[in-house]
Amino acid sequence: MAHEQHNYLNHQKGIWSWLTTLDHKRIGIMYFVAIMSFFFLGGVFALLVRAELFTPGKTLFSADVYNRMMTYHGAIMVFMVIVPGIPAIFGNFVLPIMIGAKDVAFPRLNLMSWYMLMIGAAITGSTLFLENVDTGWTFYTPYSSIKTGLGVIPMVLGVFIIGFSSILTGLNFIVTTHKLRAPGMTMNRIPLMVWALYSTAILQVLATPVLAITLLLLIAEKTLGVGIFDPQLGGDPVLFQHFFWFYSHPAVYIMILPAMGVISELVATYSRKVIFGYTAIAYSSLAIAGVSFLVWGHHMFVSGQSEFAGILFSFITMLVGVPTAIKLFNWIATMYKGSIRLDAPMLFAIGFMFLFTIGGLTGVYLASTGMDVHFHDTYFVVAHFHYVMVGGTLMALMGALIYWFPKVTGKIYSDLTGRISWVFIFSGFNVTFFPQFILGNMGMPRRYYDYLPTFTELNQMSTFGSWLIGTGFLIGLFGVIYALLKGKEAGNNPFGGKTLEWTIPSPPPHENFESTPVLTGGPYEYR
Amino acid sequence: MSTANHSGGFHHAHHFNSAEHQYESSKQGIWLFLVTEILMFGGLFVGYSIYHSLYPQVFHAGSKQLSVVLGALNTVVLLFSSFTMALGINYVQRGLKNKAIIALAVTIACAAIFMVVKFFEYTHKFHVGTVPGKYAYTEELSASGEKVTKVGALLAEANKLSVVEREHKLHLDETEYEHLTLLEKTKNWPLFFGFYFVMSGIHGLHVLAGAFLIFWVLLKVIRNQVGPEYYTPVEGVGLFWHVVDLIWIYLFPLLYLVG
Ligand code: HEM
Ligand SMILES: [Cu+2]
Repeated sequence: MAHEQHNYLNHQKGIWSWLTTLDHKRIGIMYFVAIMSFFFLGGVFALLVRAELFTPGKTLFSADVYNRMMTYHGAIMVFMVIVPGIPAIFGNFVLPIMIGAKDVAFPRLNLMSWYMLMIGAAITGSTLFLENVDTGWTFYTPYSSIKTGLGVIPMVLGVFIIGFSSILTGLNFIVTTHKLRAPGMTMNRIPLMVWALYSTAILQVLATPVLAITLLLLIAEKTLGVGIFDPQLGGDPVLFQHFFWFYSHPAVYIMILPAMGVISELVATYSRKVIFGYTAIAYSSLAIAGVSFLVWGHHMFVSGQSEFAGILFSFITMLVGVPTAIKLFNWIATMYKGSIRLDAPMLFAIGFMFLFTIGGLTGVYLASTGMDVHFHDTYFVVAHFHYVMVGGTLMALMGALIYWFPKVTGKIYSDLTGRISWVFIFSGFNVTFFPQFILGNMGMPRRYYDYLPTFTELNQMSTFGSWLIGTGFLIGLFGVIYALLKGKEAGNNPFGGKTLEWTIPSPPPHENFESTPVLTGGPYEYR
Repeated sequence: MSTANHSGGFHHAHHFNSAEHQYESSKQGIWLFLVTEILMFGGLFVGYSIYHSLYPQVFHAGSKQLSVVLGALNTVVLLFSSFTMALGINYVQRGLKNKAIIALAVTIACAAIFMVVKFFEYTHKFHVGTVPGKYAYTEELSASGEKVTKVGALLAEANKLSVVEREHKLHLDETEYEHLTLLEKTKNWPLFFGFYFVMSGIHGLHVLAGAFLIFWVLLKVIRNQVGPEYYTPVEGVGLFWHVVDLIWIYLFPLLYLVG
């Protein structure tokens, strides 16, 4: 170290200063460490689940163990990785800087959200040792409420607390965006990443309380036997599905909207062009958030809801395609005639567009009531949601990691490592999940331990693909460690970004800005 | 956290421009939080209305068993406490410390009265057996092979006694006896008490949380940490308390008066 400049990393020293920090940048890093550990755990479960499915019948362990691993895989990935992922890590780090603020509106609350995620994760994780849960991540009644063991209670309680953490983060982001923008930064000048995080935050605040009450009712059902979901006592188990999906469908947009924000940033920076259709991209986020509340019934086409409801839900579901397509076309229009640089983050962005499109189009299949009767609860659904969530959110997460790494650490992430990691993840992903579309179409049900011998080849292909993905992420992790130890000094703006975070030193000083920036134009002023 | 500028004696946090700015932001945060509270109860209300339309007789018979007098008493107590809370905020803003302390203390006392009344209501329900779901049933089987409810068992005992003896031995007066008989004739009636206990229980937890928070701001008043220049915590807790009261205003007719 030639010259030691003063920044948020060396502002205070020692592990205690991290655990009690109120700095949004440090909290972002703490989220990164925590969420990546969960991701590792969820990934190991995924690899084990896939390994078990390498041959029909018993390959490694019993059906019982399989059910539990599948449950933990799903629950960890959804509630602890994909939902908090981009907002908690990158939102925390860049949102205040992008709008020219010194911190989020409520720094203490921000730290508290982190601790709530930790506590929730610990309670959920403790069931691994107390009593394993085998309900699947959706906790459907009556199985969860009447049949299976009491481990569901701590599991669900943990998820409840994690939900609280999510609500508080969303609340914090909304107030920050409303109240802490720098002079001149009107709502129509905030970067698209901020628009995406803002729409996500609205969803977090409006949808999560419904999950909270659903989970509380499930706990009440198990402890008090209130009978709301128990047909023997006059209740209706399907009500749980309505409640659950009223949250969980909007939740899939909690997972994907921040990813779309990342992609907007990457596309603008690596095409070196003014983003095409800023307003359309910005407001389509709000539109997606709004419509997402009206479509939950598409998870319940075969639950016995009325035909009219089915048709209505089918129609509204297809409407979500409109704002989504608006975004996609605007990104492509931005890239058109741009000076595109295919650096690793841009590769991940293009990967996102490719995989997310496949995921989205197969969603239209599933939204057609007739088709869904054929595909429901088959591997087609598994493939669909992995294309959307993993192909979408995780691709964006990797892109974001490499893109903002220099800003966060002051070191450049090796582009070559990033590209190699991309090749493995992208190809492995398709090898894993494309065969699952075919399997689903052939009739292989999801969540099953065993399958017909005819399905063997495709399953083996899928398992092989999972090893490729695993390797890809390990390479990505190697890249992080390598860059931290040996990375080149980054400088303020290594990629030529135009948003505010690129105007300050890397790593940023403790209070982000020496003097409050004053905005005179929009966020992407290329050419 | 470092606090920079001074403004009217109160230190605002470094990332805000002024005390006013910080106050506005905090208030927005509190309102957003209250929205989530209302949405959470909203889920319960939706469930309640669905089942109410599915089983009107269950909700009719069930609500008859609740004591309108006690429910109304609690409603009055909470309304009054909203008034004293509002007074408390006003006194803090005007710097009338002693009056603020009294107003806040009375509010806490109201919360305590509310909980005591709830306690008597609950224990009485345990006594007669109008409890939620599976706990409403005893292990005994009736002659026809159906599981017997605790209310059914109590009524069987009551039927052997005269009106005076019922009053004396089982603490059952005539109206209650009639209500329980009506209840026992209704299929699936424990469902109503499932809703009753969950809704009033979660609300009760909010009352406790609210009382705790008011106590916290009361301490702040005593220690002069809030006053005319800075009263955000008092106002925030006050808003929370009003929402808790508001929810009860909806719960009371829904649970006690639907019959
Ligand atoms: C290495 C990559 C991954 C592989 C090989 C993999 C594999 C699997 C498998 C085999 C299942 C069980 C399907 C069933 O029987 O219904 C599953 C379920 C699931 N996975 Fe993944 N997965 C991977 C990554 C992820 C990630 C990153 C997420 C995060 C969103 C995720 C979310 C889910 C969910 C929500 C379920 C449903 C669980 C349930 O229905 O109970 N997966 N995955
Ligand atoms: Cu959905």
